[in-house]
Amino acid sequence: MNGRDWTADEMMTVTAARMLWDRAVCFVGIGLPSAAANLARLLHAPDIVLIYESGTIGTRPDVLPLSIGDGELAETATCVVPLPEIFAYWLQSGRIDVGFLGAAQVDRYGNLNSTVIGPYDQPKTRLPGAGGAPEIATHAQQVFVVLKQSPRSFVPSLDFVSSAGFLNGGGERARRGAPGRGPQAIITDYGVMRPDPTTDEFVLVARYDHVTVDEAIAACGWPLRTGAAVEVIAPPSSLELEALRELHARTRAAHAAAVKLPI
Amino acid sequence: MLPSLTLREAIEEHVRDGDAVALEGFTHLIPFAAGHEIIRQQRRHLHLIRMTPDLIYDQMIGAGCADRLTFSWGGNPGVGSAHRVRDAIEKGWPVPLAVNEHSHAGMAAAYVAGASRLPFGLLKGYFGTDLAKVNTTIRSVECPYTGEKITTVPSLTPDVTILHAQQADREGNVLIHGIVGAQKEAALAAKRLVVTVEELVDTLDAPMNSVVLPSWVVSAVACVPGGAWPSYARGYYARDNAFYIAWDEIARDRERFTAWIARYVLGSKDHAAFVAALRADGVAL
Repeated sequence: MNGRDWTADEMMTVTAARMLWDRAVCFVGIGLPSAAANLARLLHAPDIVLIYESGTIGTRPDVLPLSIGDGELAETATCVVPLPEIFAYWLQSGRIDVGFLGAAQVDRYGNLNSTVIGPYDQPKTRLPGAGGAPEIATHAQQVFVVLKQSPRSFVPSLDFVSSAGFLNGGGERARRGAPGRGPQAIITDYGVMRPDPTTDEFVLVARYDHVTVDEAIAACGWPLRTGAAVEVIAPPSSLELEALRELHARTRAAHAAAVKLPI
Repeated sequence: MLPSLTLREAIEEHVRDGDAVALEGFTHLIPFAAGHEIIRQQRRHLHLIRMTPDLIYDQMIGAGCADRLTFSWGGNPGVGSAHRVRDAIEKGWPVPLAVNEHSHAGMAAAYVAGASRLPFGLLKGYFGTDLAKVNTTIRSVECPYTGEKITTVPSLTPDVTILHAQQADREGNVLIHGIVGAQKEAALAAKRLVVTVEELVDTLDAPMNSVVLPSWVVSAVACVPGGAWPSYARGYYARDNAFYIAWDEIARDRERFTAWIARYVLGSKDHAAFVAALRADGVAL
């Protein structure tokens, strides 16, 4: 912990949660995005609308789901709809304010790879694949990406484009008619990157107070530029940490619970 | 009245080598017991179709049942890789696996088209991705009204779809509630439909507008309590997240996986015996 009393995951989760606002309609992926969205709901955004691709709309889970379709999500939802409907009527129609995604790799234009490392036909590492992400990345009004920084994950060129960010930059996404504005923030374990409004290239605009700009640049596989100013992000408050840790503790207990089959 | 079969009889009659088979259920109501029976009957050369292969296709692919997979997200949800799916794609073990890969939205549209007996499904999808490069069945048409380019995916029409549901009545009408995924679409897209249920009841008492599959679209019903474990059946039992986490270690290693399948699936005559064998070895169920 290097003298701090929070982890990189906690700092990222809190930073991502702070970016969400009350009543935002948020399409959430599993893992860190789900933790951040629920932390926001428990703290400053009690009426945030959380949608998971399993068809659960307006869900308010007490514990984080392990899968995208845990029973907890359905039981606490405003409504549960079929899969073709969630993608067509709710996502494709433009009703989502924020899509919240992770990935294995990202490039400087916010394109994402969650499919394969190495050639598609002879993969070095076959990853799970795209799932709902390609259309979330296309149709959400904006997208936040959460991913730990390293030269292997923040790469000059993706092995495979699973979900489009700004494509080759310079306005190509908008020219090709994508409905949503695309990725507007990448939250990492060094800070936050945002796209340059002209080139669409992601630049460092904020860092955590325990890392330097040079360290953030060294942990990026493309020559990371900085914005006009690099803000320093406030460390997690005790309130934020307590809420997040209680959420994770409840989740761990729930996921370890034995299931009783009726036979 | 639909004859209620044992699961063994239903699979013997309706699943053949080389079939395109869809075991649907999005996280919820995954027909694990039916998948295990297909492994027991050693079906081969199946084309497996599922949005999320999940552990059931990890098991069926690792057991050598399939040489083709249509899917849109192939991991162990919230845990990591589907190791047996990966091994088949990366190393061809136990047999090479050809993949037909989609996004969730694309696959949902393909099921809707199949259920509607349309040749293709429509969506605004795959924008800027490489999926449309590696899967050449992802194409587009021009909208005849606006000229806009709309993505198309060929319809999915499985030879047989298999579902797990909460209840069937004595007539063979089937009720599903909770997260319903693309189960109705996959059911109506298929030539044959096999359903396992938690419970046979005299009457469904289904709330209006819930998902009911009428008996005349159902080819066979088998009552298999616990048949969705380690996924779940709303109203009966919760998702066994601890087992999903434990599966990572079992599936990571070929020998350990093969021993697990031999001991619990091949070594059990049916689902009740499968559950009993797990309990005998200390798995809390």
